[in-house]
Amino acid sequence: MAAVNPSLSLIGARTHQVLNAGQKGALTLTGIGLLLLFLAFFGVSLPAPTVWLVVSLLALGLGGAWYGWAAYRQLPAGIKNNGVWLASLTSRGILGWLTAIVLTGFYVLLYFFPAHLGLATVAGEANQGIVGFFDPLSRVLNGNPASQWFVYGTLYTVAILAMGVKFIYKYRHNRYQVVRTLSVMFFQLGFAFLIPEILSALQQPSMDLKNMWPLNYYFFYDWNIKKLATSGGLGIFMLGWGVAMIFVVSPVLTYLYGKRWYCSWVCGCGGLAETAGDPFRQLSDKSLGAWKVERWVIHSVLVLAVIMTLAVLHSFFRSNPATYWVTREMFLGVAIATLLGVALLLWLRPRVFKGVPVWVKGLATVLLIGIVVLTLQAYLQNQSRIFGLSSYKLREWYGFYIGSIFSGVIGVGFYPIFGSRVWCRFGCPMAAILGLQQRFFSRFRITVNGGQCISCGNCSTYCEMGIDVRAYAQRGQDVVRASCVGCGICAAVCPRGVLRLENSAADVSTRAAALRTLHLDPKEGVRLL
Amino acid sequence: MHVVIIGNGISGITAARFIRKHSDFAITVISNESDEFFSRTALMYVYMGHMRLRDTQPYEPGFWKKNRIDRKRGWVQKIDQGDRVLYLADGERISYDRLIIATGSRSNKFGWPGQDLDRVHGLYHLQDLEAMEAASAGLERAVIVGGGLIGVEMAEMFHSRHIPVTFLVRETSFWDIVLPPEESAMINRHLLEQGIDLRLNTELREVVGDEQGRAVGVITQSGEEIACGFVGLTAGVSPNIGFLQNSGIEVKRGVLVDENLQTNIPGIYAVGDCAEMRTPQPGRRPIEAVWYTGRMMGETVAHNICNPDTPVAYNPGIWFNSAKFFDIEYQVYGDIRAQAPANHRSLYWEHPDGRRSIRIVYDAGTEVVLGFNVMGIRYRHEVCQHWLAQKATIETVLCELPLANFDPEFFPAYEAFVLAKYAQQTGKQIQTNHRRGLREVLTLLGK
Ligand SMILES: Cc1cc2nc3c(=O)[nH]c(=O)nc-3n(C[C@H](O)[C@H](O)[C@H](O)COP(=O)(O)OP(=O)(O)OC[C@H]3O[C@@H](n4cnc5c(N)ncnc54)[C@H](O)[C@@H]3O)c2cc1C
Ligand code: SF4
Ligand code: SF4
Repeated sequence: MAAVNPSLSLIGARTHQVLNAGQKGALTLTGIGLLLLFLAFFGVSLPAPTVWLVVSLLALGLGGAWYGWAAYRQLPAGIKNNGVWLASLTSRGILGWLTAIVLTGFYVLLYFFPAHLGLATVAGEANQGIVGFFDPLSRVLNGNPASQWFVYGTLYTVAILAMGVKFIYKYRHNRYQVVRTLSVMFFQLGFAFLIPEILSALQQPSMDLKNMWPLNYYFFYDWNIKKLATSGGLGIFMLGWGVAMIFVVSPVLTYLYGKRWYCSWVCGCGGLAETAGDPFRQLSDKSLGAWKVERWVIHSVLVLAVIMTLAVLHSFFRSNPATYWVTREMFLGVAIATLLGVALLLWLRPRVFKGVPVWVKGLATVLLIGIVVLTLQAYLQNQSRIFGLSSYKLREWYGFYIGSIFSGVIGVGFYPIFGSRVWCRFGCPMAAILGLQQRFFSRFRITVNGGQCISCGNCSTYCEMGIDVRAYAQRGQDVVRASCVGCGICAAVCPRGVLRLENSAADVSTRAAALRTLHLDPKEGVRLL
Repeated sequence: MHVVIIGNGISGITAARFIRKHSDFAITVISNESDEFFSRTALMYVYMGHMRLRDTQPYEPGFWKKNRIDRKRGWVQKIDQGDRVLYLADGERISYDRLIIATGSRSNKFGWPGQDLDRVHGLYHLQDLEAMEAASAGLERAVIVGGGLIGVEMAEMFHSRHIPVTFLVRETSFWDIVLPPEESAMINRHLLEQGIDLRLNTELREVVGDEQGRAVGVITQSGEEIACGFVGLTAGVSPNIGFLQNSGIEVKRGVLVDENLQTNIPGIYAVGDCAEMRTPQPGRRPIEAVWYTGRMMGETVAHNICNPDTPVAYNPGIWFNSAKFFDIEYQVYGDIRAQAPANHRSLYWEHPDGRRSIRIVYDAGTEVVLGFNVMGIRYRHEVCQHWLAQKATIETVLCELPLANFDPEFFPAYEAFVLAKYAQQTGKQIQTNHRRGLREVLTLLGK
């Protein structure tokens, strides 16, 4: 608006962001943990490095948790968003940008220059720097020296645990938030971190059992399949489990509860976004334009992931025809039937897809059939290339642009700029699939409480997925959106008790239809409900 | 046909949106306050840093162009209803075919000495927020006068910036003209727990100023002086209709309208805070200065302007409202009185933590339920509305009580305590055979 008085730009006002003694102590402790990491990074070697590693990790974890305790414990339980848009870190101020730059830098080193983190590049050489710093812990857990991924996984887990504790203090009046956060902490610590490490210590194939395709895009890579298929019963179980997750567990749970069962209860990316990323959730873009970009980008990534996986599996079965009881024909049969099945559903079930423009259905159908035709062509001509592309090239690109740049560098590095769920919203192919299921085949919705909405905007502001929840709430329409991860924060921050996340099978195909606030009836006048 | 709407608050904007839905009329919305429609109810959150001003604006800037709603910044000074022309303060003339007055309210001032000093403000318009912002730097204490919803919001605003607040409330207990005694006491306690210097039974005598004309303190009726750098006047609001004097449009406290929301002049309507019903619906007040009624009036007036042959009467349905006092949410459905008349019987349960309660009021004779008042607990609008419309008795409601709950999943259930309370009060044991959740709600509502 042109005529805003500049005094309303509140930045620079007296915000009284005073830290209490506990918060200062906690920040100091966290600072010590970070300092030790920096010292390791710059190659300063300390005597008794194992002790310092333990000190550093404890300082980071306890410092973060203590900060949450000190910040919220003495305040009455309730919503704690005072000053969010007044503080530099959380309103894209200087601190926000600095944090983004440091985080991004870390991801660039991690993905592309691990040697700068001290990873040994020559076989037989010892790790240096920060990777070397983590060697003792890695040896204890899996018997081997650390890799950059071990460092990352450890820090990631510490971040989720510490910031999880902070989040729980912040929302201690809200059991949904508490339970959900305990769940992501559990899955990160157990499933993503400890179990895979212990499995590899036991010389078993290690796998994060909750990380499913297509988020885990290398699940169907030849080396992974070979590794699992050749490691005895447990490996075979893992292969079967991975496939069952995709085709059975996930559709059923998504039908029952919406995609939240994964995205904000189980997933590691979601776990970091909900804990360490929580202070940045308000930075997501709520505009209609952003929604449009989101739909194009995320579904493109899904298409890419499908094409890449088909290509990889096709060439895998082609070069390993007789090794496994699944043949190339069986695999292609299932894949093609699935793709065509989806295309058919689009047209045979108009009630389910009500509201989807015909051009969207048409585009989806053309894409699905196109993929099938090209796959068949590759099969019939017995080519290793599918879509005219080498599967190696494809997966190299995918791994680089999607797996590294998008999900890591942009997805987490830019938390303080674009909000905490950029990857989940624009990039994650898993979220795309679950989202389509949620939109069309799920009991889940966010119910709007009659006419109680005052259009204040808290819900939209704090939706990390950039959903304009208010647009629905103020016209009394239940929120049914593919991207909603069911974090429940919109319902928590609503000052008028307007929103409730809930499930019911009674009205799955008409969930999004009801407008509850006002109806004008020429006979009865304007009445509510 | 050119429809001109004075005021771009919720009622004026709702009218404009629905006129566009029903018709192709030219629409102009005039406001002196801001170009963009924003949610007045969210002003506090801008000051508190929960949102930026633009986050309180429900529609993107492109919305108005797309829907062909013209916006004009200016103060309407005079209406010439004979020629159907408006005059803006800068002299501009705007002619209209239909006129909607949606000018909202302004803060009350009761003639206190010093009430017009610098740093004495109500909280209603954006400009009030700017004034609060400007006064906040280095502010050592704010005094707030008037214990209603806006006063408590102002207290929370200053509190969020660690500025000490003294809160002068004339009544013996907070907002006890609306809240029943137990709920009112709960808010008293909560304000103290938050660290607000709450002074009940305390009235303002005058505001004290310094040589520069700035407020530096207040004196209460009992003679106590309280030094402060800001005085908030939040003793209610009244219709903002001063500019209608001598226009020929009939006014009392607000602009008088019939049941179709038309004034005494055909073609001129009034909606929202500034409208006063000549014959309000039974049990309703002539002026209801809340968001929801503004929205419903806006929709009604749009219908009546676009369908002059089939006008509808304004019918707001059951009374409902909600608010939040610091951390305690409040919702009300139906007829809840601060002072219960003889035929009202109350079933009241309060959580031992003193921050949550459920009140169900029913008729002592017929046992028909009349209203619900919940603190710190959310209730489902549609279910309460359903019971009230069905004239359900207290026993039916208690039996179905879990269906009313709208708290997030995993929240503790309190229905058993309410039933136990009822058994204790009446000796009647009620069993509920319903479970919380949407499935049974949909069944109850027949969906
Ligand atoms: C701080 C605060 C919190 C509130 N919280 C709640 C709540 O939680 N729930 C609830 O139900 N209600 C709440 N209310 C009340 C609610 O905001 C009002 O009932 C509602 O905004 C009234 O809308 P309206 O469209 O009638 O008028 P307004 O929103 O007041 O809009 C009228 C507009 O017209 C302009 N105007 C006036 N005269 C002229 C003129 N002569 N020329 C040009 N323009 C003019 C005004 O400047 C204003 O912009 C709250 C109010 C305040 C101030
Ligand atoms: S709509 Fe609500 S529950 Fe869904 S992602 Fe946004 S804030 Fe979370
Ligand atoms: S749903 Fe709640 S938070 Fe969202 S705009 Fe409405 S009142 Fe505000």
